[in-house]
Amino acid sequence: MTQILVNILLPLILAPLLLGVINRTKAVLAGRTGQPLLQLYFDLWKLLHKGAVYSRTTSWVFRAGPMVGLAAILTASAIVPLGETSAPLHFAGDLILLAYLLGLARFFTVIAALDTGSAFEGMGASREVTFSALAEPAFLLGLAALARLTDNLSLTGILGGLTWHTWAASAPELAMAAAAMLIVFLAENARIPVDDPNTHLELTMIHEVMVLDHSGPDFAFILYGSSVKMWVLGAILVQAVLPASSAGYEARLAICLAGMFALAVLVGVIESVMARLRMIRVPQLLVAAIAFSLLAIILVLRRP
Amino acid sequence: MYFTVAAISIFLLGGLSSLIFGRRHGLCAFFGIGGAVAGAATAAVPAIIVLAGGSVDPISWPWSMPMGSFRLAMDGMSALFMLPVAILSGLAAIYGGAYLRHYRDKMQLGNSWFFFNLLAASMVTLVVARNGLLFLVAWEVMSLASFFLVMMENERADVRQAGWTYLVATHIGTAFLLVMFFLLGRAGNSMDFDAFAAGPMGNVIFLLAIIGFGTKAGFIPLHTWLPEAHPAAPSHVSAVMSGVMIKMGIYGLLRTLTFLPMPAEWWGWVLIGIGVTSGVLGVLLALAQHDLKRLLAYHSVENIGIIALGIGLGIVGLARGNAPLAVLGFAGGLLHVVNHAVFKALLFLGAGAVAHAAGTREIDRLGGLLKKMPQTAATFLIGSAAISALPPLNGFVSEFLIYLGSFQSAASSPADAAIPALIAIAGLALIGGLAAACFAKAFGVVFLGEPRSDCAAQAHEAPAAMRAAMIILAGCCVILGLLSPLAVPLMGPAVASASGLPLNVANQHLADAVSPLLWITFGAATFLALLAGLALLRKRLLAGRPVGQAGTWNCGYAAPTARMQYTASSFAQPLTDIFRIFLRTHKTGRDPQGLFPRNADLQTHTPDVFHDGLFRPAFLGVGWLMARLRWLQHGRLQLYVLYIVLTLLVLLVWKLG
Repeated sequence: MTQILVNILLPLILAPLLLGVINRTKAVLAGRTGQPLLQLYFDLWKLLHKGAVYSRTTSWVFRAGPMVGLAAILTASAIVPLGETSAPLHFAGDLILLAYLLGLARFFTVIAALDTGSAFEGMGASREVTFSALAEPAFLLGLAALARLTDNLSLTGILGGLTWHTWAASAPELAMAAAAMLIVFLAENARIPVDDPNTHLELTMIHEVMVLDHSGPDFAFILYGSSVKMWVLGAILVQAVLPASSAGYEARLAICLAGMFALAVLVGVIESVMARLRMIRVPQLLVAAIAFSLLAIILVLRRP
Repeated sequence: MYFTVAAISIFLLGGLSSLIFGRRHGLCAFFGIGGAVAGAATAAVPAIIVLAGGSVDPISWPWSMPMGSFRLAMDGMSALFMLPVAILSGLAAIYGGAYLRHYRDKMQLGNSWFFFNLLAASMVTLVVARNGLLFLVAWEVMSLASFFLVMMENERADVRQAGWTYLVATHIGTAFLLVMFFLLGRAGNSMDFDAFAAGPMGNVIFLLAIIGFGTKAGFIPLHTWLPEAHPAAPSHVSAVMSGVMIKMGIYGLLRTLTFLPMPAEWWGWVLIGIGVTSGVLGVLLALAQHDLKRLLAYHSVENIGIIALGIGLGIVGLARGNAPLAVLGFAGGLLHVVNHAVFKALLFLGAGAVAHAAGTREIDRLGGLLKKMPQTAATFLIGSAAISALPPLNGFVSEFLIYLGSFQSAASSPADAAIPALIAIAGLALIGGLAAACFAKAFGVVFLGEPRSDCAAQAHEAPAAMRAAMIILAGCCVILGLLSPLAVPLMGPAVASASGLPLNVANQHLADAVSPLLWITFGAATFLALLAGLALLRKRLLAGRPVGQAGTWNCGYAAPTARMQYTASSFAQPLTDIFRIFLRTHKTGRDPQGLFPRNADLQTHTPDVFHDGLFRPAFLGVGWLMARLRWLQHGRLQLYVLYIVLTLLVLLVWKLG
């Protein structure tokens, strides 16, 4: 029971911290002091206490978008295990529900953006659906490769079934799948090299430009939702890479959390050492992710 | 079965009375709608009995046709197809009553109602017919009735063009079916389904069925009539045609499979190939469309692809003795038949309401309709989310079953059996992402933002009868989505009769799928509870705080106009560019020139590559050949009489000799 509570609450509490770690890493690498680690918590607190301004063009869809998005992402977070225990929601095929819940969140973000009637937000929405349509096959095929490696159909089973032995026996397969997942993670969370969260030019944004018109609590829901989404996809990646061990629950949990923050540092390093790809190159990166997933699958299929 | 016979009679009586009272608007509509609704309600009764686990007595009457008798029977599969036929016919009739109102001074609506009821009657007959001749007669009546419905506004050239395309396509399909039924009936010397035997011709019959039934269903590349005929027909007819009539092709294919021995594995591969091709190309072509109903028509191609994918996986499962895959594949495909009927009909009715209100179906001329027609918009949103397979709606459930079968097979089967499953996963994932993109575009551009033209600005909400039909269908999307753990086990008889597996095997594997479905419903309930919680939280947070109104933020630009909004074409442009190799979009226009450009413009047009690249040359070739034979036909009566005499003479000599 405590394990389930921890599995539900810990991501919800710690998710905004990931962004703090990423920003701190970037600041350190750039020789700056950087914003406080807890900056996103302060932002959320401030936004939740503000009023809101709505465009006259918008309708209830615009107001519903952030709520539907956050509710779908929160539900999805219950499918991902933490520290190789059973997730609160786990069943055969739960990874499909996860992928489509994230799809639901995206659909409502996109139509909320179109509701403003702004050319900029339409542009962001168009880019978002384009890139996610390509990320989806990479994500599900990568998970299919892992499902075959572990002969299991739920995320809990898959992530708990990847042990040292799996790494020893099928390192290339796992590495390919992890590479695909990393690209999907970066693309879906609007990080460099797909999207630059620090850009100030609306013309070059993807995710940020879709939420230009949201304010107050709505914007808090969006920011919080994206941080939980980053946690959800990151936890899958981290636990796929870190093999399950037979250590005690607390130790596994600690390893998993350490992995999460190591991932945040990695993202910070990636953002410090490379620039965003040109918009026209992004589909090629995502096709590379699909290719990694396909390679992983071919290697897995060739195993006796 | 007497209910079914009664339903067919009610449809015919209603249609005929409507034709007779064609000059009196009230009576004509009364009989047309009344016949359809009463017939639909009657037809649904035996279907519900069979789906609930009961059975109905078959009918076998002698008739004057050769080879066999007039047989009607209903098994699980018939019932599963019958229920959407009945529900959609009834709802579309209610909607059509209001939709056709502004046509009634222009044309005789008696014809329209007659053919509508005839279409419903023929589909009801088709799914219970157990004799090849009866099946073919019903098939042909269905095709002709729908042809006349498509041709309702035949004073317009594009409608006539669409009608002729449809007529030619459907008869090419029927030609293959004639050969197929002849081959099936030859062995047993009877056209009764019970006596059918494939003999050694199983593979040929399967291919004939794929082409013959695939033309009606809309498998790529046989789909070219769909994007022509669906937009041309009145919207309630498009809903019935797209919702259930094209599914009769799927029904025919599944019924034919039951005549054949154990399917070969390559049949499954063929269907998976067709499924992925139709699915991906269908949704890509839909993305590139500017006409709302044409877009929906291409989505029918996509969804037929998903259904074929499910059936293909089911056949692979059967051929390999993998019963869970077989059951999940067939169940997913069959459930998607029902689900697609519900949400596609809903979307076509919504598109009809938009066209009715704004007077145009051009997506780029619409916009901001949500404020003018809130109920239509809300139901269209539910339909859009359902067709994009988003939880917690019904489209997700059927795709989940196909996914679940694929993942099971991909995780545990031998490598060569896992490959079709992996193809299915990749295909479904890509289709899912693209479909969501396409419906974000369709809903977003049509209903959200500011009106892009005067006709959109002057739109009004649809009449109550039209809204009622859409609200009921939207309710079905939600209910089928949330109550899937109750609905899926009811499919046992249908899956058993489609796949040929014993009923207890089908029931057992469906019962295994109930546990994930229960979890999904639990997840959906969690989602809805969280949503309610967040709504409450937002309301409390905003209470007593300043909530202002302003113009949309345009990065400092102070005088935005509705024309500056992103259009459907620009929204889809990145995707249509990535996949341009399949789409061949033509772009014409002038680039902006100078510092203050004035006369720039851009036009895009995405032709159907199969229509322009495959069928047009083929038919031009046929036309050329026929022209070579023109010397036979002079228009002189004496010569024609001579031809007849000569033919008779040849036949006489042949018979004597």
